[in-house]
Amino acid sequence: MIVFDGVEKRFGDTVVLSDLSFTVAPAEHVTLIGPSGSGKTTILRLLMCLDSVTRGTIRVAGQELTGDEKRSRQVRRRIGMVFQQFNLFPNMTVRGNLIEAPTRVLGLSKDEANARAVELLDLVGLREKIDEHPSRLSGGQQQRVAIARALAMRPDVLLLDEVTSALDPELVAGVLALLRDIGETTDITILCVTHEMGFARDFSHRVMMFDGGRVIEDAPPERLFTAPEQPRTQEFLKAVLGR
Amino acid sequence: MIWDWDYAIESLPALLRGLQVTLLATLLGSLLAFALGLVFALVRRSRVPVLSQLVWAFVEFWRSTPLLVQAILIFFVLPGFGITLSPLTAGVVALGLHYACYTSEVYRAGIDAVPRGQWEAAAALHLPRSRVWLGVVLPQAVPRVVPALGNYVISMFKEVPLLLAIGVVEVVTVANQLGAQTFRLVEPLTLAGVLFLLISYPASLLVRRLERRVGVL
Amino acid sequence: MFDNLGLIVSRLSEGLSTTVIAAVGGIALTVVLSLVAGLGMLSPVAVLRGISRTYVEFFRGTSEIVQLFWIFFALPALTGFQIVPLAAAILVLALNHGAYGGEIVRGAVQSVPRAQYEGALALSLSSRDRMLRVILPQALVEMLPPFNNLFIQLLKSTSLLSLVVVTEITFIANSLRAALPVSEQLTVYAVLLLMYLVLSLLITAGMRWLERRAAARLGRTRATPRINSRLHKEQAA
Repeated sequence: MIVFDGVEKRFGDTVVLSDLSFTVAPAEHVTLIGPSGSGKTTILRLLMCLDSVTRGTIRVAGQELTGDEKRSRQVRRRIGMVFQQFNLFPNMTVRGNLIEAPTRVLGLSKDEANARAVELLDLVGLREKIDEHPSRLSGGQQQRVAIARALAMRPDVLLLDEVTSALDPELVAGVLALLRDIGETTDITILCVTHEMGFARDFSHRVMMFDGGRVIEDAPPERLFTAPEQPRTQEFLKAVLGR
Repeated sequence: MIWDWDYAIESLPALLRGLQVTLLATLLGSLLAFALGLVFALVRRSRVPVLSQLVWAFVEFWRSTPLLVQAILIFFVLPGFGITLSPLTAGVVALGLHYACYTSEVYRAGIDAVPRGQWEAAAALHLPRSRVWLGVVLPQAVPRVVPALGNYVISMFKEVPLLLAIGVVEVVTVANQLGAQTFRLVEPLTLAGVLFLLISYPASLLVRRLERRVGVL
Repeated sequence: MFDNLGLIVSRLSEGLSTTVIAAVGGIALTVVLSLVAGLGMLSPVAVLRGISRTYVEFFRGTSEIVQLFWIFFALPALTGFQIVPLAAAILVLALNHGAYGGEIVRGAVQSVPRAQYEGALALSLSSRDRMLRVILPQALVEMLPPFNNLFIQLLKSTSLLSLVVVTEITFIANSLRAALPVSEQLTVYAVLLLMYLVLSLLITAGMRWLERRAAARLGRTRATPRINSRLHKEQAA
């Protein structure tokens, strides 16, 4: 589904990713872990075309992301993203946030988009908030709306960028439960950057450990968390798990 | 006889008619400045080569030079090139063009104040450019710029009298005319000043209240 | 079109000294009035605060042109006393812009973190030393960018003096206009606008130099980011 081939990303003189290659299969859940500044978020941003690669190619569903603008737009449309800071549009209600892209981009009618919005708000448990403004919601509620907003585009690929990092501790569990639910009931390919190791462990099929712009270990969670091979991975896990 | 109340009251109706012209010029000049300033801001942001640099250079030049000279240029010199405008029209164009250079900076600051995450979220939803601007960025930028724009309207209002140089019959012109007829300028001119204060002071209090609500850029 | 360019430049230059004197004099007096009014508005003495606030609101609220005409035409009629035109001009320019400058000074002093007052207080500095040695040097960095704009506004306002028959550059340009054909009128005003542009660039260059020096004294390599600085004088309020 997703292929990174020899991808390099620099910001000026700083190398963020160097010669990175990996593939993600359809419906696979891959979690990216590693110290801050190791390039995890950059991978999501490259996929979303918020940044562009310095060298190498990225393919999604066989289509190269850069290159022909028109064709890559078709592919990009199948990718959704949820941000650390939610980034809901404060000038629209929850409903407005959810129907904006389906009506404007997918060409759904207002009624269809509305039905879809209601269905998704049911899923995230916020149906009664449909006409509220985002500023009236708690952080956890805002993030659930942001997840619903991304799902409203019926993406094949969902990118989750530290979606619980900005939340108060007591709100984290609700959002993670929702994501687990989505993971189990859909066949969306999910790429996830997180510091929640417990979640990474039972949500993902594969965990990739990043350090210094490279993947230093790539394994199923049960192996990576119990018997990491690389010393850097061992150190990192020890630091974040506090043992 | 330092201050003649009867004469002051007598001159008031004429002054108020002049004030109407001042307010009309302010209104039309502001509308032009709001629209044109947005165009300038968007063109500069578009980074179209040459065009956006030209707009930048024009804005920097035009706001560094006096409105009075610009008004005279537009009214007295342009007719020689086939562009003849009435005094009021020339005045409104001069006001609008000059203040557009200020408002374009206001819009720029307002657009810059929209968090990056909003642009990225719009990109992640694949919204077309027109919707990113009209649906997401401008609706958030515009409320923030209202107080700053309000300040410029007040500022413009107080600068309208310089259009007397091109024959716009605004309130200070009226005061001068009354003074020339009666050889007493003190009363009408003082009243003109009071009229400015009566309008601009409450207006600036209103803007300060707005600033407290939406924040200063 | 440029036949008389040399002549136009030399005629306009005759008014340049008047424009520069009005601008420089106006700026100098503006700085004084701004400091007095700004610190006055922060004074613990209610009467001083009241007087400063009234001055600021009065001169910001009435139009500069009304103020100019009043001092040039109404005041002599009232008192029988005519001030030297250039001195009157400088006075009006400074009274008007000093009112805006007062708000700049007040805002900048208030933007100095509360902890700095408390630090100075903890060292038992006198209130005069607190202001002069601790607060103002820090506030100065914040004041300079809006003052740059204010001074450019003042420079532009010197053109209003042409309306009260002070022979500065705009006055001379207007009198040249009548004597020249249409094509050369444009040259006159192009040269005039360029003169104002150059003068305002000189002001900006001088203020940037001061900004760098003031920032260096605070050990900053760059002046603090500022959005306000590019906006009009009203914004300083």
